[in-house]
Amino acid sequence: MSDVGRFLAMGGYARFVWPAYALWAAVIAGNVWGAWRALDRARTRALRRLAARAHDAPDRSSS
Amino acid sequence: MNWTWFHRLASPPHFYRIAGQLLPWFAIPAALLLLAGIYGGLVLAPPDYQQGDAYRIIYIHAPSAWLSLLCYTVMATAAFVGLVWRIKLAHAVAAATAPIGASFTALALATGSLWGRPMWGTWWEWDARLTSELILLFLYLGYMALRSAFDDLTRADRASALLAVVGVVNVPIIHFSVYWWNSLHQGTTVFKAQPSIPPSMLLPLLMCLLGSTLLYGALLCVRVRAEVLERERQASWLAGLVK
Repeated sequence: MSDVGRFLAMGGYARFVWPAYALWAAVIAGNVWGAWRALDRARTRALRRLAARAHDAPDRSSS
Repeated sequence: MNWTWFHRLASPPHFYRIAGQLLPWFAIPAALLLLAGIYGGLVLAPPDYQQGDAYRIIYIHAPSAWLSLLCYTVMATAAFVGLVWRIKLAHAVAAATAPIGASFTALALATGSLWGRPMWGTWWEWDARLTSELILLFLYLGYMALRSAFDDLTRADRASALLAVVGVVNVPIIHFSVYWWNSLHQGTTVFKAQPSIPPSMLLPLLMCLLGSTLLYGALLCVRVRAEVLERERQASWLAGLVK
């Protein structure tokens, strides 16, 4: 067996080790994506609110 | 004692700015340490004389379990500060920590199960350590469910903070469970006078532990910024900061 093959076989524990690392990678990626998505959505909503407020302000002053 | 720095830090605009500046200082070392630690753990560290290569799950299992406890401790402390001193930012920190802690608790349980199957011969055992960690996951899920059950943010903050503070009793139970009860789970390996593993195995583990802690810091910076933006809906300072 080649060195890479031996490494991938993990001494016969590949079916436990690699799924564990795949889960870890998925959780890290999910956390990073989730955090950025939350910030992006919060920013978009904040910008929308600010734009709406700026739009409403002249109307109120004229009425 | 001068508490000006604390009040300044607790101001949402100031914290929003600080969190943005701190982010790369957490994220870059976290990525480097995690990559180096995982490489060291998977490639450089020798196989264990008893567990063979299955023990390599420790490099992701132990940091996940550590983060599950750290996140809950931070969440409960922030919730307590928010309850007692009514600091809105403290509630934002607690709310931002919950999803991170929940995901790493679930990961600790799943990777522990993948390690337990070849070592103990079972995917799950109603063992004190495993059961108390599962209760921790339910506490996180309960905290998040309770928050989302209220339309009023102030009531959501107070109710969920109470749950977080009461649930903190589970943290020492998880830590000491392996000593208080007969447990399949091994005792402390790293943080004792003479660590039970050799330096070639220990160093990558320490890198993964530190990298995970810094990753939590980076994720917290981003999530707290999002929480602050959602909470400070009417604040005029947002105009200058949202870019």
